[in-house]
Amino acid sequence: MSASTTHGHAAAAHAHDAGHGHHELPFWRKYIFSVDHKVIGVQYAVSALVFLFFGFCLMMLLRWQLAYPGQPLPVIGKLLSESTMPGGVMAPEFYNQLGAMHGTIMVFMGIVPLAVGGFGNYVVPLQIGAPDMAFPRLNMASYWAFLPGGILMLLGFVAPGGAAQSGWTSYPPLSDIATTGQTIWLLAMVLLITSSLLGSINFIVTIVQLRAKGLTFFRMPFFVHAQFVTSFLLLLAFPPLEAASVMQLMDRLAGTSFFLPSGLVISGEQLHVAGGGSPLLWQHLFWFLAHPEVYVLILPAMGIIAEVIANNTRKPLWGYRLLVYSAIFLGFMSFVVWAHHMFMTGMGTTMSTFFQTTTMIISIPSVVILTCFIMSLYGGAIRFTVPMLFATAFLPMFAIGGLTGLPLGLTASDIYLHDTFYVIGHFHYVVAPGTIFALFAGIYYWYPKVTGKQMNQTLGKIHFWVSFICINGIFMPMFWQGMAGLSRRLYDPTIYAHGRAVQSLNVLISWSAWGLAIAQLPFIWNFFSSLRRPKAAENPWQATTLEWAAPSPPPHGNFVTPPVVYRDPYEYSVPGKAKDFSPQFAAGEA
Amino acid sequence: MATRLAETAEHSSPEEFKKHLGKYYVVFVALLCLTAITVGVSYLRLNRPLAITVALIIATVKAGMVAGVFMHLISEKKVIFAVLILTAAFFLLVLLLPSFTTFESSAV
Amino acid sequence: MSVHAVHPADAAIPHTVEPHPVTGIPNPKFGIWLFLASEVMLFGALFSSYVLIRTQAPHWPPEGGLSSEILNVPLATLNTAVLITSSITMVLAWASCKMGRIDRFRLWMGCTIGLAFVFLIIKYFEYTDKFHHGHFPAFNNFYAVYFTLTGLHGLHVIGGIIVNTFLLTIGTRLWKTDPEQFTNRVENAGLYWHFVDLVWIFLFPSLYLL
Repeated sequence: MSASTTHGHAAAAHAHDAGHGHHELPFWRKYIFSVDHKVIGVQYAVSALVFLFFGFCLMMLLRWQLAYPGQPLPVIGKLLSESTMPGGVMAPEFYNQLGAMHGTIMVFMGIVPLAVGGFGNYVVPLQIGAPDMAFPRLNMASYWAFLPGGILMLLGFVAPGGAAQSGWTSYPPLSDIATTGQTIWLLAMVLLITSSLLGSINFIVTIVQLRAKGLTFFRMPFFVHAQFVTSFLLLLAFPPLEAASVMQLMDRLAGTSFFLPSGLVISGEQLHVAGGGSPLLWQHLFWFLAHPEVYVLILPAMGIIAEVIANNTRKPLWGYRLLVYSAIFLGFMSFVVWAHHMFMTGMGTTMSTFFQTTTMIISIPSVVILTCFIMSLYGGAIRFTVPMLFATAFLPMFAIGGLTGLPLGLTASDIYLHDTFYVIGHFHYVVAPGTIFALFAGIYYWYPKVTGKQMNQTLGKIHFWVSFICINGIFMPMFWQGMAGLSRRLYDPTIYAHGRAVQSLNVLISWSAWGLAIAQLPFIWNFFSSLRRPKAAENPWQATTLEWAAPSPPPHGNFVTPPVVYRDPYEYSVPGKAKDFSPQFAAGEA
Repeated sequence: MATRLAETAEHSSPEEFKKHLGKYYVVFVALLCLTAITVGVSYLRLNRPLAITVALIIATVKAGMVAGVFMHLISEKKVIFAVLILTAAFFLLVLLLPSFTTFESSAV
Repeated sequence: MSVHAVHPADAAIPHTVEPHPVTGIPNPKFGIWLFLASEVMLFGALFSSYVLIRTQAPHWPPEGGLSSEILNVPLATLNTAVLITSSITMVLAWASCKMGRIDRFRLWMGCTIGLAFVFLIIKYFEYTDKFHHGHFPAFNNFYAVYFTLTGLHGLHVIGGIIVNTFLLTIGTRLWKTDPEQFTNRVENAGLYWHFVDLVWIFLFPSLYLL
């Protein structure tokens, strides 16, 4: 024990020296190749928000074709090239690029880097009372694998033949024979996967090894538990996709037949490859990652919701231990359900029953988590701050997303619904008014921590309400379209009678999407203009968790003195205390 | 705690450490022998299932020795074991389940 | 307990060298094991692909005959012995650090790197022999699997050479300021290297003998 305090003093002295040293660090080492988790967190968050916006723009363009198939797009249509929008009308190949790249960018370059790279990097060390992540240089390396990967991904658009256009899922044989953009996609994915792997190692070691004195496992904020489980998912589920990407690169560049079956005929011509491969092999390896990936998308969001709800109901989370065990169980189960994305590939009934069963089981921890959140509201003194608005909306939105997953997880009903717009509605409900709303909640909640300023609450409320209405306008009608049998990834839905029957909904959806874009303007303005507002209070939300023990924004090394933890994470409204919150870091609070 | 830290340089002298070296040499020789055995067995041209079983058993024994002795797993801490057991479970899943789905399949 | 004069970026981070009181390990060791766990999943997926493609094939190798007739078993057996030997030399390199013998460390680490190069050279001869007969990865899935799995393994060997060379040259500077941190780095590099050996222990019979 004495050794660690000696080391602690030495460490504090070093940190102090480093703090002084920082005034002398050149610009490029302080802001570009920084090893400080806070700088890296902001880098990830800003990059991810830019990519999210770009991915959103791709979708807005795609929605024109769906609402007004074959019609030239006014103004913007003339700005794009003749190969993508000849005469202002979207080419089918470009439509496919927009679809594939929208999904890829939102998942791998938007949500995960923001939720894990951004929020995780910035908040986790602070919430556990650590001076930084366990491996600061590895942290920097992760970001600098991510950004080139993201840029390379976007460069696909200027490749001959355009960007990847075989879906975000890159199914062979199509992806094996597709244009150069697909190779770029694969190379970019290798970089993005590497970034996540390095980051996940950092998170796990940091959370296990660098917790402050007194911060036992069951005193950690739920946000940290969520990031912990998420990191295991990234660590163990991503490598199979990396392996598969290497094999697809071999197919494309070295002419192998990992995913090409024998006797494949393309446009009437026999494909001259050895054959003997399996397109299903790709699907297995892809979905082995991609299913845990969706829990990577939701777990950090659930973590944010937990923090915001506890803080704005002024009472402890209901069922904290239940939440922790559910998150762990959810993480584990996420590895055993992947083939529910493959029910229509001809699997025998034994295996499809196995995956149907595990899929039904995995809905249990999700329901438990949602129930705990809802129960947390009961009896609370609820403050409808902007973060709380987003967090409250998350609950029914995630519920809709989760419930609509059930007919997809049951093999019988999936026969009809697979690859329809029902699927798109389902997963977007979880990710868009689910995760993205949680991420907005997190931005509004932690903005004072990162910048020392408060965002404008009125603009925030406008942002929330208009977004909430528009986002439901986008995704609710999709369930109807799906049940009418409308396939996803269709360039022109009106070629089918059942498509024409629900075409009016496409118009509603597209206008809601463009409305959602407008709704983000107050947010973007707020985000930047609030930097010039007067300094906010040190703990403006009167929160209990450790990040609020540090100054806002925290200096290099985070805490002036190493924090000590005295109690559970959500000691709000404790009977007999003068204040309605008892921070974890305050000794013997009255 | 002192005994658990016995492996650090500050707690055992170079002379004491030298005694531990013996086990590494034993494993080295064992690995070479098992390599010879596994190649020798392949010349017996056993039937496929048996050949696979024997080869995998020998490989697992070799791997166990590398992991247990060279990588010090045999005296490693619980937290590492926990991570590896979890990994082993998922490894088996990814290794076997995809092939299982092809067995009853009605697809090509 | 001595204060570790570690690299400035590591200075403020607890348990960079001192083991954590509860887990009993320092951060980098934990980190390398987690990395190895991800590598298990990487090679697991590759083996899974081999299993699926092979069990679906009407016969294997697709062109007929036996794997041991297509691939050079004696050469690969030699290569197996080379890697196993490089593993023991890696252990001895670490042991030399533990016993305070930096000169011995240089000898054994040099051997490890040398043996790694021997492995790659033998593989080079194996590969070029195949290429001269027109057997490229595209020829059929047997070659696709062989080249991809051994190729990826080979890239990991190259990675190990780079890390070990760094430790042998520039990295040795740390021995003067913090011998314990340096020894830990050698141990962690050893863990990675043994894993590379471990993968080959499974690759060799799977591809060449079965």
